[in-house]
Amino acid sequence: MATMTVQIAGSPDGMPLRIKLQQVERWRKLKAFTLVLPLLLFILVAFVLPIGRMMFNAIHDETLLTLMPQTSAALSVWDGKDLPDERVYAALAKDLKQAWAQKITGMIAKRINYELPGAGGQVTSSARKAITLSAGPYKAALIEISPLWGQRDVWSLLKRGHSAYTAYYLLRSVDYQYGPESQIVASPPESAFFRNVFLRTLGISISVTAATLLLGFPVAYLLATLPPKTSNLLMIMIVLPFWTSLLVRTTAWVVLLQDHGIVNDVLMALHVTSQPVELIFNRVGTMVAMTHIQLPFTLLPIYSVMKTIPTTHVRAARSLGAGPFYAFWKVYFPQTLPGVAAGCLLTFILCLGYYVTPELVGGATDQMVGHFVALYTNEDLNWGMASALGAILLTATLLLYYVFNKLVGVDRLKMG
Amino acid sequence: MAAFAYASPIEKSWYYLHWLICLAVLLFLIAPILAIIPLSVNSVSFFTYPMSGLSLRWYEEILTDRWQGALHKSLFIAVSVTLLSTALGTLAALGLSRPNFPWRKLVMSLLILPMVVPVVITAVAVYFFYADIGLLNSYTGLILAHTTLATPFVVIAVSATLVSFDYSLTRAAAGLGAPPISVFFKIMLPLILPGMVSGALFAFLASFDEVVVALFVASPEQRTLPMVMFSGIREQISPTIVAAATVLILFSISMLSTVELLRRRSQRLRGIRNT
Repeated sequence: MATMTVQIAGSPDGMPLRIKLQQVERWRKLKAFTLVLPLLLFILVAFVLPIGRMMFNAIHDETLLTLMPQTSAALSVWDGKDLPDERVYAALAKDLKQAWAQKITGMIAKRINYELPGAGGQVTSSARKAITLSAGPYKAALIEISPLWGQRDVWSLLKRGHSAYTAYYLLRSVDYQYGPESQIVASPPESAFFRNVFLRTLGISISVTAATLLLGFPVAYLLATLPPKTSNLLMIMIVLPFWTSLLVRTTAWVVLLQDHGIVNDVLMALHVTSQPVELIFNRVGTMVAMTHIQLPFTLLPIYSVMKTIPTTHVRAARSLGAGPFYAFWKVYFPQTLPGVAAGCLLTFILCLGYYVTPELVGGATDQMVGHFVALYTNEDLNWGMASALGAILLTATLLLYYVFNKLVGVDRLKMG
Repeated sequence: MAAFAYASPIEKSWYYLHWLICLAVLLFLIAPILAIIPLSVNSVSFFTYPMSGLSLRWYEEILTDRWQGALHKSLFIAVSVTLLSTALGTLAALGLSRPNFPWRKLVMSLLILPMVVPVVITAVAVYFFYADIGLLNSYTGLILAHTTLATPFVVIAVSATLVSFDYSLTRAAAGLGAPPISVFFKIMLPLILPGMVSGALFAFLASFDEVVVALFVASPEQRTLPMVMFSGIREQISPTIVAAATVLILFSISMLSTVELLRRRSQRLRGIRNT
């Protein structure tokens, strides 16, 4: 095609046709791009930028660098072996006095407390007492005020604070932390619960995905093989929950599953149990509600793939002598796999980020990563930790989204 | 699979078992939603059957200020979000559907991203961002955040109607001398309208139901309906919440019907046989 246009060169105004075509093409591309531009810019500014900033927060922390500038600077030459010399202690005293005057001691104490639990209070009291120190030697005086300043780990921490970047939050998210000599050590058992949280999130997501597949596959198969009139009618029963507000569905489960709720009434009427079973605010409630919410997400992709499988295939297998189950397993089932993969992956991705449902129908031990991201943001106000947990969750989600994109193609995403 | 006359007894029983399983699953899907509707007119505040009497007192409570105020705020936010996201999303879908759009796949995945990223992460990220630029606790902030969440729905819905769009129609119109503006309004718009409307409905619902971002970036002044429901469920579930839930269910049903009717109309208009 390209060579053809070169040969026909020479349109009325003397410009080669190829160049003119290219111009038109470029103009069209530009026009198409202009249409997309407003939304693209909007998403970049109002969505990608905040998310990027949050990811950055996970490794960026200038608290100690900006609030204790002199100590950080003085420590940059410290070898980390013995306690620092008098010069550093003088800088510390200066910084503490300044912090007390500017009323920012609390922020320093909080930051130090993250890595050395319990040290925060001593930092505040040291700052209060440090204002009375007028002249050196500071070293002995400060250690006298608080034994904290005679320990190496606080100095290692302050030295690390000289850099605006820290791996502390990410390390904590996988149950590691810095030791007294800035080496990486496992977190003590009482604060090492994040790996458990991630495993729990993974476990709940896998179980819910499996449950939706188990429940969804037979229904998708039935709907795909029924005549359109009946299947459309049954489809309403799947699409209606899909359209109902998440909070409404959660409300329904809370009402149904409570101690004196309908489910327990039925169980007791059937003499399955003599007293109410605990069905909510535990793992059972979380799993039931999540499965209910996710079922259409798994079912619909499977259904749409099944619709495209010709019924003649199974019939051919049957006529060639395969038994009904053999024909289904060898001929039909393999063809449904793209739908199964798409549905399960979608459900799994969505499950990883659950927050509202476990919050409302789960117990304390059913909370997933999302809960801790929210907790550190709202209640502990430890934004570094919230960002680090969020960054890990987001990375996992995006990787899976990439796989989903390769596998299914985002173009083929449909709703309802 | 159908129960053929020549099917063996095992096949027949398997067929009925399959039906039974499917009905049970469908019941699991629909029953919780339907079961709470009658409870909203229960005269006492217990959630058990049989009900002791009928009463509309819980609906009366929805008419009080607390719920009405929240409803109005939710509606205001959702309508603004719908307008904004439908405009942005439709334009983008039109651009994306043009043949040989550069980096189509990449741009599309970027635009769909807000739907994929866990909403609690979006909420936290937006919260940090708004804390910096001073948009926390404002309607503008909440509307913008909800708009990012809602636009993917519009892009997908409008793109879907454009997949089978016959561009020879617009070329024919242009060839007959119509200026681009009237080509758009007379030819393009009527054909993509069903997609736009269902996208807009999705966008409306996305904002109207959204609670996580609202919990993070809104103040009591912007207390939306889902926020009221969230705190209600968290503290002590009351029949008023069930009544509100019932109203929302009826709302969903009417929206679903609208979208379904639109889909049929669009298929009829474009000559696609019901599949």
